[in-house]
Amino acid sequence: MALILSVLEQGMIYGILALGVYITYKILDFPDLTVDGSFPFGAALTVRLITMGLPPVVTLPAAFLGGALAGACTGLIHVKLKVRDLLSGIIMMTALYTINLWVAGAGYVAIFNQDTIFENGVVNGVFPGAAGRVKTAAVIFLITLLSKLLLDWYMSTKSGLLLRAVGDNDTIVTSLGVDKGLVKIVGLSIANGLVSLGGCIYAQQQRSFEISIGTGAVVIGLASVIMGTSLFRKVTAPRVTSSVVIGSVLYKGCVALAMFAGIDANAIKLITAVLFLIILVISMDRRKNPGGGLT
Amino acid sequence: MRKSSFSMWKGMTMLELKGIWKNYNPGSVNELCLFQDFNLTVRDGEFVSVVGSNGSGKTSLLNIICGSIEIDRGQILADGTDIGRQKDFLRQRRIGRVYQDPSKGTCSGMTILENMSLADNKGKPYNLGRGVNKAKAGRYREMLRPLNLGLEDKMNVSVGSLSGGQRQALALLMATMTPVDFLILDEHTAALDPRTAETIMGLTDRIVGEKRVTTIMVTHNLRYAVEYGNRLIMMHEGKAILDKSGEEKARVNAEEIMGIFNRISVECGN
Repeated sequence: MALILSVLEQGMIYGILALGVYITYKILDFPDLTVDGSFPFGAALTVRLITMGLPPVVTLPAAFLGGALAGACTGLIHVKLKVRDLLSGIIMMTALYTINLWVAGAGYVAIFNQDTIFENGVVNGVFPGAAGRVKTAAVIFLITLLSKLLLDWYMSTKSGLLLRAVGDNDTIVTSLGVDKGLVKIVGLSIANGLVSLGGCIYAQQQRSFEISIGTGAVVIGLASVIMGTSLFRKVTAPRVTSSVVIGSVLYKGCVALAMFAGIDANAIKLITAVLFLIILVISMDRRKNPGGGLT
Repeated sequence: MRKSSFSMWKGMTMLELKGIWKNYNPGSVNELCLFQDFNLTVRDGEFVSVVGSNGSGKTSLLNIICGSIEIDRGQILADGTDIGRQKDFLRQRRIGRVYQDPSKGTCSGMTILENMSLADNKGKPYNLGRGVNKAKAGRYREMLRPLNLGLEDKMNVSVGSLSGGQRQALALLMATMTPVDFLILDEHTAALDPRTAETIMGLTDRIVGEKRVTTIMVTHNLRYAVEYGNRLIMMHEGKAILDKSGEEKARVNAEEIMGIFNRISVECGN
């Protein structure tokens, strides 16, 4: 039971990250490595704000905005300075490593005694006694659901339609009289805002910040996106975001199974990489379908 | 910026290219001076066909007008305003363009309805308003019906699954959905089979006639160049070596153009 709860919690947290990766990888067709920096950036901002004594709920919009800013920087480097997409992300990821250390104040910061979005008067009041076991999962579920619904709404707007168009065929965006660079910057901002929000919740669930949590974050995100969109190939626009979150939960389930089977905890990144490779190869022939998961 | 790009639509506008210079790869061994003091005036409502061999500068001409490539010197006047230094996307707010590659004029991963909704919003802000207005689907269907391609029954079908001809018809429709001053056709029938190309040319002629939009069409098909439009230009090495309009254009026949075309091609060793 505890294992299932843990998988659900982690899966949904990384599901928010996966929603961000979905935007860059599937919609914008931009291999964005900023994620490895923006996920811990959200966590760093969160522990900083919480240790400053701010109400935990403030960390959610703050982390989103912080991540959005990081994404905008990647976008500006790519669009304005004409640096290749992959390199733009690597530059920001590297810069964020130091920024994360500055923001958090150290490579490891614990928030054991402070209120978090899971541990506060309101949440403990709603989940008294034994129900407290599921409160973390319940709160994460609410935030993930809200993130998914907001993203679905955004994708249905004119601005969201344009975001899909720029990844599909950026020539047409110019034809429509819109600066395609700006659209990419907006997309990267929203994507990294979501990734950072994932980091924010992760830090509060773990009750700590650790500088290394970003390592491989993008791979987990990609694996979740590819797994989700390959398994539920026929779903249309609003439901594809659900597939991505489910993909993330399943992915975390696979990792948990591997650990449960007795694989050394130090091998986690190796398992991550191998699992990602397997998912990538299995889904490969299916991805020839034009438009990917969005059709 | 906005004011100039959203001038009141008059349906037709004059386009003037004055003293255009364009050098490719300046300073290198591959330096190619394509345009040297190139001048062209396209009058209100004119439908110009441009022909010429590869490298004659006809596609570059379109790219220069649309801002896809920058010019070294000269002016591009749209109704008297110089747009030669304006960013490509700002310029294209008043230009409709259809490319040779059918996939460039539409979004393959999106449905016909989504594609048309996007195109319908051109010139207006792409904000947080509803992207697809279901109420307009009926109007879009009516626009698709005369194409006789059955697209009106495929509103929710992904454009990627349509044929090249269907996509090009849709691209043409999308390029002219909102009021544009100029329609730029960049060999838009070249990638299609002869019968489909014929259909698309018919559609082009109808749309240009209905909208009375100033049109520049680059084509490899000399017959189309002769048959359609009211002005014919032949480009060679960055110059318009033949320019016939009105009565003169009407008298031109394909053999004559072919003759001139072959002569200059032979001179170049092509």
